[in-house]
Amino acid sequence: MSVSTGLRPKGPIERLLAANSWLVFIFFYAPILVLVVFSFNANNNVGIWTEPSLHWYREVFANETVMGALKNSVIVAGISTFFATILGTMAALSLERFRFRGQRVYDGLLYLPIIIPEVTMAVMLLLFFAQGFQWLDAAVGWSPSFGLGTISLSHIAFNISFVAVVVRARLGQMDPRLEEAAADLYAGRWQAFRMVTLPLILPGVAGGALLALTLSLDDVVITNFVAGPGATTLPVYVFGLVRRGVTPLINAVSTVMLVASMVLVAVSFGLQRGSRSRVSGSNDR
Amino acid sequence: MGSGGDDGRGALTTETVAPARPELEEDARRADSRRGFFISLPAWIYLTVFFTVPLVIVLVYSFATRSSTGRTRLADWNLESYRRLWDPLVGQIAVRSIVLALATTLICLVVAYPFAYYMATRRPALRSVLLILVMIPFWSNFLVRTYAWKVLLGSDGPLSQLSQALGGEPIRLLFTNTAVLIGLVYGFLPFMVLPLYASLERMDWTLVEGARDLYADGWTAFRKVTWPLSRPGVIAGSILVFVPTLGAYVTPAILGGAKTTLLGDYIVSQFLAARNQPFGSALSMGMMTVMLIFTIAYFRSGAKNL
Repeated sequence: MSVSTGLRPKGPIERLLAANSWLVFIFFYAPILVLVVFSFNANNNVGIWTEPSLHWYREVFANETVMGALKNSVIVAGISTFFATILGTMAALSLERFRFRGQRVYDGLLYLPIIIPEVTMAVMLLLFFAQGFQWLDAAVGWSPSFGLGTISLSHIAFNISFVAVVVRARLGQMDPRLEEAAADLYAGRWQAFRMVTLPLILPGVAGGALLALTLSLDDVVITNFVAGPGATTLPVYVFGLVRRGVTPLINAVSTVMLVASMVLVAVSFGLQRGSRSRVSGSNDR
Repeated sequence: MGSGGDDGRGALTTETVAPARPELEEDARRADSRRGFFISLPAWIYLTVFFTVPLVIVLVYSFATRSSTGRTRLADWNLESYRRLWDPLVGQIAVRSIVLALATTLICLVVAYPFAYYMATRRPALRSVLLILVMIPFWSNFLVRTYAWKVLLGSDGPLSQLSQALGGEPIRLLFTNTAVLIGLVYGFLPFMVLPLYASLERMDWTLVEGARDLYADGWTAFRKVTWPLSRPGVIAGSILVFVPTLGAYVTPAILGGAKTTLLGDYIVSQFLAARNQPFGSALSMGMMTVMLIFTIAYFRSGAKNL
């Protein structure tokens, strides 16, 4: 099925469009490619190519600070993805499948963390934890400190909304007649959910979880604010290095991070492929 | 707990025709509404504690006083921080940020529209390949992608060497507004492409054919049919680019210099360097207001022409 755009297939406009697309792809990929290539450079100087080597990768994996930061990143991403996926999925279900008082306010509140600038959210959470800990200390004599806990709590706060949006989209695509059919067959709401809805939206839930995982692994600004002295995540550590300059070590770490992202993209595409046909059934456009 | 709007989309139980026992029906609906509320509750509580309360705290702090040691005293409430927002220095930074955000949005739109158009008009198989190729940079680590430009633009970086090899000048773009603009366009271009592609791909192209059958030339058909139909994508993409660029911190911190302070890094510096939390809070509130005004105005203007 090809669409007719009113353009002649080999006309000048069509050629211009194609040229523009090529340029965009070069723009997208050239910088990444340069970075990856130079991460395999033996030279200390980033700009001068001498010979291919895995030297900087060995450095990365021998570097305790990098490995510690990586471990922190994985812990935070795991915790925040787990809780944000549960809370976000529940929020999406309540908005798409139920009607209750205060729903519009809830809907708005759920979108705010997405719309609000990252810096603002970082400021909010910093002041909240600082002030909150002060109050806790005064009230019960317990003063927690900034660290992986505050980072995880903050990541859950922004991830809930993203998960909810993704799961809602999936619920919206779902054929509502499937749930009605379950109800007609005397399934209660819980049963209908467990046996019909949940299996069908599971790819959406997984997609939301992957997005949450990616956002958590990527976050610099908010984490930088709520990390405290002891705990850095990998992006925050790399950000600190990057601000000081360009080194082949950063190139190698960056390449590792890129590969991780690509794996996540691949997984998410695999999930979507396997599920799209099932979700909307024969009702597909 | 009453039921909200019964537009039939909600509770499945309301689908039945003419209930024999209206009270029972009403009870069922109420129970269902209660269930929905309880399902929504955990996220609601979480966001209230870790989002709404922090937002209120920032608002409260913006009226507080900074003591001489840099601590914030929650007393002597005043409007001093908001008065400082009219400082010419702040004005300069705000204008620079808004101009840069608008420029980024415009460039992204101009580049992404023909690109998305091209993608949407390919064969389905090719379309999904192109889509994956756009998704990869979209999902890739933002910090890493910004850093790549620092490598590229450096005075002894590949671009500079290429230019010198061709007999030109070394490139001195790093730490300028141009470098920040390039970095922002690079970072946020996928955010423009994806919604544009979504709306163009979903479009009913027979309408364009219809216009052509009625003797519209290519340009007229585009202007009267394609463009209006893709407007939701234009609006969504523009907001997705404009909002984060206005508050951008990572890109200017990496590619910008001392003379290119933007709202994002200015706010950060109030908390991490200058230690003036009330002023930083007021700045945050100000930035959020500007952002909301632009977003709402844009939505309005878009809705009118839909």
